[in-house]
Amino acid sequence: MSDAKDSAVLADGGITNDLEVEQDYERHAAEPSGARTMVLNMGPQHPSTHGVLRLLLELDGETILKAAPDIGYLHTGIEKEFEAKTYQQNVTLTDRIDYLAPLSNNLCYCLAAEKLLQLEIPESAQWMRVMLTELTRLNSHLVWLGTHAIDIGAMSVFLYCFREREEILRIFEMFSGQRMMTSYFRIGGLALEPPRGWQKRVKSFVDVFPSRVDEYEDLLTSNWIWTGRTKGIGFIPLEDMLDLGVTGPMLRAAGLKIDVRKDAPYSSYEKFDFEVPTRTENDVFSRYLVRIEEMRQSTKIIRQALEGMPSGPHQADAPGIVLPEREKMKTQMEALIYHFKIVSEGFRVPEGEVYQAIESPRGELGCYMVSDGTQKPYRVHWRGPSFGNLQAIPRMIEGTLIADVIASLGSMDFVLGDTDR
Amino acid sequence: MIPETLRDNPTAAALDDVAATAKFDRGELTIEVAPGNILEALRRLKDELKFERLTSVTGVDRFPAEPRFEVVYHLQSVAGKQRLRLKARVSGANPEIESACAIYRSANWYEREVFDLYGVRFRHHPNMTRIMLPDDWEGHPLRKDYPVTGTRY
Repeated sequence: MSDAKDSAVLADGGITNDLEVEQDYERHAAEPSGARTMVLNMGPQHPSTHGVLRLLLELDGETILKAAPDIGYLHTGIEKEFEAKTYQQNVTLTDRIDYLAPLSNNLCYCLAAEKLLQLEIPESAQWMRVMLTELTRLNSHLVWLGTHAIDIGAMSVFLYCFREREEILRIFEMFSGQRMMTSYFRIGGLALEPPRGWQKRVKSFVDVFPSRVDEYEDLLTSNWIWTGRTKGIGFIPLEDMLDLGVTGPMLRAAGLKIDVRKDAPYSSYEKFDFEVPTRTENDVFSRYLVRIEEMRQSTKIIRQALEGMPSGPHQADAPGIVLPEREKMKTQMEALIYHFKIVSEGFRVPEGEVYQAIESPRGELGCYMVSDGTQKPYRVHWRGPSFGNLQAIPRMIEGTLIADVIASLGSMDFVLGDTDR
Repeated sequence: MIPETLRDNPTAAALDDVAATAKFDRGELTIEVAPGNILEALRRLKDELKFERLTSVTGVDRFPAEPRFEVVYHLQSVAGKQRLRLKARVSGANPEIESACAIYRSANWYEREVFDLYGVRFRHHPNMTRIMLPDDWEGHPLRKDYPVTGTRY
């Protein structure tokens, strides 16, 4: 028994061409389970890990005895970078943290900075922020649904999801000139005036989108291969999830009605009428249902924003913080000076510290910002929802079958850029 | 000791004997405790004041001031719809504090991150190793005396 162990357990999960391994396999098949384990190295380049997550799995046959996630492959030191740039420059960095939900990051960062500055922004800009953040949620959920389905084997859903995502990205491009790295929200409002004709574009999208969600549901919800692969899989008790730092749709699928948009409304979310969907089954399938329902609710919010969009300026009247309009710079000396000052040295932010939480598509996104009264933040910490969620992986997959790992991981909807920062 | 203005706040009042200072700024409550009291404060917050979630643990480097590092804990009470920031300052010469893993399991990775990027050690942590950077990395990048560009001091 001991010699068999030495040759079969490989420290790093590699495969040897040694003939002995094959003989060991024969012997193992004949032995009762629990006799011997194998360490399997999944990732960092495994297609289902959506980025660079490495999982070390200790297996007994097909059962996972122990799982150890290894993160950090995408660490960019972005929090250090924040300390070296001015508040205004940093907006462009926020896009790159959770690259599937850039506008959620923009919003969280701007809200934190505005809280430090105690800057009130116009209602029209707040509503526009809500509308675009909800479009971001749809964008992120569509990528999640497409890739989650493709991981489990449903190829066509991916193509349909990306069809709608493309339209959302075109809307983003219309607003900001960028498809993904939008940087459209700035401290004090929006970067640019909303483009002419945006109402028509967004309206044609929200008119058609609910029927597209029906299409995804037709393909999946009662598909027995889908339900067979997802029902009863990936269970974690609710208390463990709270203790391990899990947030977002994962908690809602376990029956806890928790949503930062409702619990501590920001950016005038309290003026919108929407439901927080919950389920009680607490498995991969219920997380899928929660996110599908969230897409419908987000569409509802976008429609309300579209129909009730208040008219008004897109930026706060805060000279020295908000870049002046081009036209004014050509006619007013003060505007030119403010522009020069903001671009060259930035603006000073009063001393203090704030924590701003928002509901990103993946859960609670938090920005802890410390200012020492200068033009650059003293410290910015990002509480990424993926980081908290990933901690629960061992609790979720230990004791289950290796075939269910892919479905379980997919139901977490993590982004490694957000985890590793 | 908490300031007189915060006596009416039940959360702050409950931590009166362990708190060093406290402040309420921009709608957020911050309580600072001595590093030795951190476990007592966290235990009381979880068991008595129903702060179910430890949202994050992070650090701030106040170089060259002493005590140099702030370890910052963000907590949330889901039922009470409250948030709280708890802080402890540790010295730059021997940055060490007790690990919160025994009370909140979510502290595990966050504390590893603080160790990795700031070099603050958490006593009795189940796995006090680097999480983001390679194990043989020298230095702690988020320290203020670590350069933004270049790889070495």
